[in-house]
Order: sequence, then C-alpha cells, then structure tokens
Amino acid sequence: MSTQQLSGAEMVIKALKDQGVDVVFGYPGGAVLPIYDALFKQNHVRHILVRHEQGAVHAAEGYARSTGKPGVVLVTSGPGATNAVTGLTDALMDSIPIVCLTGQVPTHLIGNDAFQECDTTGITRPCTKHNYLVKDVNKLARTMHEAFYVATSGRPGPVVVDLPKDVQFAMGTYEMPKSAAHKTYKPILKPDHSRIEAAVDLLLSAKRPIVYAGGGVINAGPNASKLLAEFVRMTNFPCTLTLMGLGAFPANEPQYLGMLGMHGTYEANWAMHDCDVMLAIGSRFDDRITGRLDAFSPNSKKIHIDIDASSINKNVRVDLPIIGDAGYALEDLIKVMKARQKKPDAAALERWWGKIDEWRALKCLSFKDGEQIAKPQQAIRRLYEKTLATGKDTFITTEVGQHQMWAAQHFDFQKPNRWMTSGGLGTMGYGLPAAIGAQLGNPDGLVIDIAGEASIQMNIQELSTAVQYRLPVKIFILNNEYMGMVRQWQELLHGGRYSESYSEALPDFVKLGEAYGMKGLRAENAGQLDDVIDEMLAHDGPVIADILVDKSENCYPMIPSGAAHNDMLLGPVAEGEEAIGTAGKMLV
Amino acid sequence: MANSGTVGQPGAAYTFSSGDETVRRHTFAVIVDNEPGVLARVIGLFSGRGYNIESLTVSTVSADESVSRINIVTTGTEMIIEQIKAQLHRLIPIHDVHDLTLDGAHVERELALIKVRAKDHARRESLRIADIFHAKVADTTLDSFVFQIDGDPEKVDSFIELMRALGDTEVARSGVIAIARGNDVLKV
Repeated sequence: MSTQQLSGAEMVIKALKDQGVDVVFGYPGGAVLPIYDALFKQNHVRHILVRHEQGAVHAAEGYARSTGKPGVVLVTSGPGATNAVTGLTDALMDSIPIVCLTGQVPTHLIGNDAFQECDTTGITRPCTKHNYLVKDVNKLARTMHEAFYVATSGRPGPVVVDLPKDVQFAMGTYEMPKSAAHKTYKPILKPDHSRIEAAVDLLLSAKRPIVYAGGGVINAGPNASKLLAEFVRMTNFPCTLTLMGLGAFPANEPQYLGMLGMHGTYEANWAMHDCDVMLAIGSRFDDRITGRLDAFSPNSKKIHIDIDASSINKNVRVDLPIIGDAGYALEDLIKVMKARQKKPDAAALERWWGKIDEWRALKCLSFKDGEQIAKPQQAIRRLYEKTLATGKDTFITTEVGQHQMWAAQHFDFQKPNRWMTSGGLGTMGYGLPAAIGAQLGNPDGLVIDIAGEASIQMNIQELSTAVQYRLPVKIFILNNEYMGMVRQWQELLHGGRYSESYSEALPDFVKLGEAYGMKGLRAENAGQLDDVIDEMLAHDGPVIADILVDKSENCYPMIPSGAAHNDMLLGPVAEGEEAIGTAGKMLV
Repeated sequence: MANSGTVGQPGAAYTFSSGDETVRRHTFAVIVDNEPGVLARVIGLFSGRGYNIESLTVSTVSADESVSRINIVTTGTEMIIEQIKAQLHRLIPIHDVHDLTLDGAHVERELALIKVRAKDHARRESLRIADIFHAKVADTTLDSFVFQIDGDPEKVDSFIELMRALGDTEVARSGVIAIARGNDVLKV
C-alpha cells in the first residue's frame, strides 16, 4: 500500500491511472484548471476535448458500452455540470457506468452564488446512481476509488464527484484503498440456489416458453451473452431481446425472434403474449415492452432475474423473482438444467415453434425497395450487408426516432457491445458523441452512427471532435426532412396535423461535413445508395453521408400506445379507423 | 378502450394491473450513514417517484454519531410499499430498511406541544382534558397553556382535536418514531 503527498488535482489523475483509465472526455473551465494542469504534466491518461459537455458524457457512454469499462468525464463547475445533466440521466436510465468529475467553486464560496457556481450535487442527485462533494483533500483518493466501485458494481450507473477548486490545490495523503468493498453498498451477485431450482422446474414444465433478455445481460459482460446463447441452444426455447439487449443473443440463430416491444416483431410480441412460462433476464418490463399492462402476457408464469430488486414487481407482478447478476444466474440455470433427468417437452416445443413459424411467415419487417427514392429500411439493410462484407468488427450507434427503430429492426447483431443507443431516456443527439467514444475504445473497429437529419443536429458540434482526433466515424443520415417519429405519431394520433415536425432550413450536410474537414457524401436516389455506402466505408477518415429517403415511410410493426401485444399494427391503418384509443393518446 | 389503470399513478410510469389496490399505512425505520445530503436523497426519492410521506423524523442513533435512523410513515398499495423499500435500498449510503409494519408488533410514539389560548370555562376545560390524557403543562400564562403530550399518533390526534374546540391553538409535532417490540436489538 502506497501513501504519498500530492495535490488534490494530482490525486485525481493518480486515481484515474490506478483505476486503469486511459481516456477522459472533457472540457476545461475555471474550476477545473488545476486538474487540467496535472493532466498536462503526465502521459498516462489521454484527454479528448469535446465541443459540449453533453457530448462528453455520451462519448463516455459510447466508450463504456463498447468496451465494458467505465467511461470518465471531466467538466467544469456551473454550466459545465448542468450541460452534463442530460448525459448523466441518459446513463442512469440505461445503466451505463460513468464517473463524472465536476469542478466546483472553492469551498468557502459554496452557497454564495459565486461565478459559475451551481448546486451540482443537488442538481445531479436524482440523475446519478450516487454523487459526492469532496470537501477534504484527505478523503479525495478514497472517494475517487469508491466512485469507480459504485459506478461499476451491481446495476451500473453514473457517479458524480464534485471537486471544489481549493481541494484541487490542497496537499494531502494519497492512499490506495485496501479493498474495493463498500461499507453499505453490497449488491447481490449470486442468485439464491433454491430459486434457480424452482426456475428450472417451471421451465421444464413449460409448453410455450420464451426467453426475454435485456441490457442486464450485456452489462453482465460478454460471458453472460455466451451463456445466454448456450442456454437457448440447449433448451431450444425461443428468445427475444429488448432494444437495450440487442447483441446479447446472435441474431442469426434460429431461436431468435427479433426485438420485442412497441416496434418489435410480430412473432416476438405474439410469443410473449401467448407464452406459458416467461424467463426475463436483465430486462425490466419497461412500458415500451409491455404495452397495455393488464393485457400483457396474461397466462404466463413469469421468472424475473435482475440485479436490481427495485426492477422486480415494479410494473408487472412476477411469480418467481431472482435477484442476482445475469451471468451468474445463467451459469447456475445451465448447471441445474444439465443435472436434471427431465428434459424440456420436445413435442410441446415443436407445436410452439409451429405456432411461432406461422407468425414468422407474416414477415412483418418486409419492405419493398424504393424505385426512385430509397426506403429507410432499404438503406439500413444495404448498410448492414455491406458492413458485413467488409469483415470488420462493426459498432453501431444511433440517435433517437424512426431511424433508431429501423436500425434496431434491420441491422443484425451477433455479439454484445456492438449496439449503442439511447433506450431509456431517448436522447436525440446521442449517436455522434457515442460513436466518437466507441471509436476511441475500438480504434480498429468500424463505427457508424445511424442518424436522422433532425437528431444529428442536436450534437452536430462533435463533428469537430471527430476531425481533431482523426476518428474515422461514419455518420449515416436517413434524411426524410421530418422528425419522423413525431410525424408518425401526428399522423396516427393527431389527424395528420404535422405541427412543427418538418425539418425546415436543413443545412447541406455534404458542405457541412466539408466545412468541418471531413468527407461529405449524398445519395439522392435509390440508385446511388450502394455507391455512397461503398465510398463511405472505403474512406479512411470521418464521413458524413446524407441519404435521402422516403419522407412518408412509417415505422412498423407498431403496438400503439395503450394497446396490447396482440393488437399490433402491421402497416398503415385504413382511413376512418382509429389507430390509438383515447386512453392511449394520454400515454407517450 | 378499456384501461383499468390511470395515468400518473405513483410508483410507475403508467398503468398497474396488480390485484391488490388497498392502500395501507407502513412505518419504516431506515438506517443510514450520517452524511450530508442523505436526507435529501431519501426525500427526493419520495417526491421524484410520487410516494407519500405522512411523517418523517431523523436523528443520529450511534454512539459515534456516524449512523442515523430515519423513521418514515408512508401509505401505498402493496406494490408501491414494496417499491419504496426496494428503491430505498438502492441508495448507496443506506445500511438497511426495516418495514416495522410488516415485521410485526412495534411501538409508535409521537411527541407534541400544543399551545391553547382560552379563558374562563374553556381554559379550565383544557386543563381537565390534559389531565385525562396525561399531558403535562410545559408553559402557562394567564390566558394560555402549552401542553406536552406523548403517545401513539391517534392519541395525539384526539387531544389536538379537543384542544382546537376550546380556543386558538398552535401545534408542533415531532413526527412518529417507532421501534420493534421484543428483545431483538438492531445493531447499527
């Protein structure tokens, strides 16, 4: 155990180094100057200068989600901290481990409405997993290490460490903590064995089982995804994934039903509705998944494995809750399953698969290629096929809206940590900075932000960051000149009154890219699509590709809000029919 | 469209389909690290998620003052009560959450100071009622008393109600503190 005398600012950098941090996303300012000075004097931690603090947090999220390591953010006090709030909330909703260091005015000025002061711990309390205000330099080292422990253990999340400027200057003792364990925070990782046995009993008795896995499996590490695949192959149970879980089970496996939920596949949602035993792993019965709650999978016994006890029985009452890490739980499930004489009911499963194949035969995601103008689905599918042909390890980020759902439906993922999207908070402007973070974490990877022309403008300033660090991220804009999802809802709910959802006065994205010093491309029609994708993928540097797509295309299938899984819309509703009832209109 | 739940129910974004919708009252003892912001975390959780707080008291309880006990009385359906417990558990500086209502028999006490301004018959009556309730006189002037009463919250409620009928009143209540009956000692 080493102890040494360091300034607070030096301690921050030393703690980052001791935590194995190689990249920090940040933006300097008055209240963090001592830390930036300490950063200048060393070569262990690389600083990536973003153009807006929100971008810093999303970049750290992209880094964290694509590498499995915590993302680190460094911002100044006041506006630096408040600008980070959207990113922090995003990381909280999606359970992404982030350590965000914020500068603060000197301790004697706290509460005095000093220049660039804000109540950072107060503001970030509801949007972080935990936060700290460090007033004593001798507690700084311990707090830094604790912050990493809290951010990465149990259900991961963002942690803020607020650092007053005088604490950064003060000299104190740096001490590595003896153990990572926390005094009060002790998440349960190993599931209760008797419940695993009970779960196996239920699963073996199932006639119509389904596995419904989510982001918790991804957060449990790549091995958990391997175990999920092993479990599903072993049982031949159908498996569906949430938006956050895409990649946790390989999309090309026969047991995969596709994504479920509001824009999930017909087969996944019907199988959820008709199943008799549901195994939910690392998923949280979010309202986008369940649809109308009183009609959600009405006849099933539900097993729910989650690391967070508060996720259990929050929206849906389950029959067998199991608290624990998805990886440990899957390991135990497989072990117990293998030890049993009894095997899953093959005849019943065959009948169940027969039913599922009927639903699959509807081919709910099918679309017709556009003759003149490209269909957005077509653009994504071509992008998928062409990235597959490159053989490169491909990482996809998205913004939020129709393009996000189309990407989730039409881009197939075989591995975890390859898909980064803002699931819980639904933050437009997430994709570009997340792509930057993912590229930094995976320098040899092919990183593509599938974007919409409206979302991309919400953090467009980060193009400059991509160019500065020569990050070859590809920005693939599906340009339909609308905030497409808003337009779709206005069409379905508000009589086609497209209030403020048209993207007026769009920039010329090709010229914009060029202005930032990157390559700009445009596909004006379906015929140019392949060439533009080829050129984009071939270019060794950042590219912005503006793909003009059908302006009126809507995202289907869709469970209208307030409707049940078996009330899916497969395509446009006939005139005069109400797609969404009065109660559904109240929901988002 | 049939929709059994209502928008904006506390504890969940949208609708509930659970069977038991009976609202019950639960008393929690929440053991926390005595550090700045810990009370704000607890209160913020209740307001942010739309849970009720009927009463809340907090004080340090360990010899070295490093641990505090927050006594919370709340109401909600079974699912919400379960959520409150689980959500409290997620807060990092929380050691333990005890649902005293669920755990079994427990003692609940509250202290109140009630100032009553009254003359003549009403003044004499207030003193007589105070005697029945075993309330003490904490302060007096020629036309007022400050009564000090302790007991379970219902007893305090009844006493205050009677006093209000007798004159102008001012009330200060400590909020409920509670502890489990029996010889089990909660180590903090």
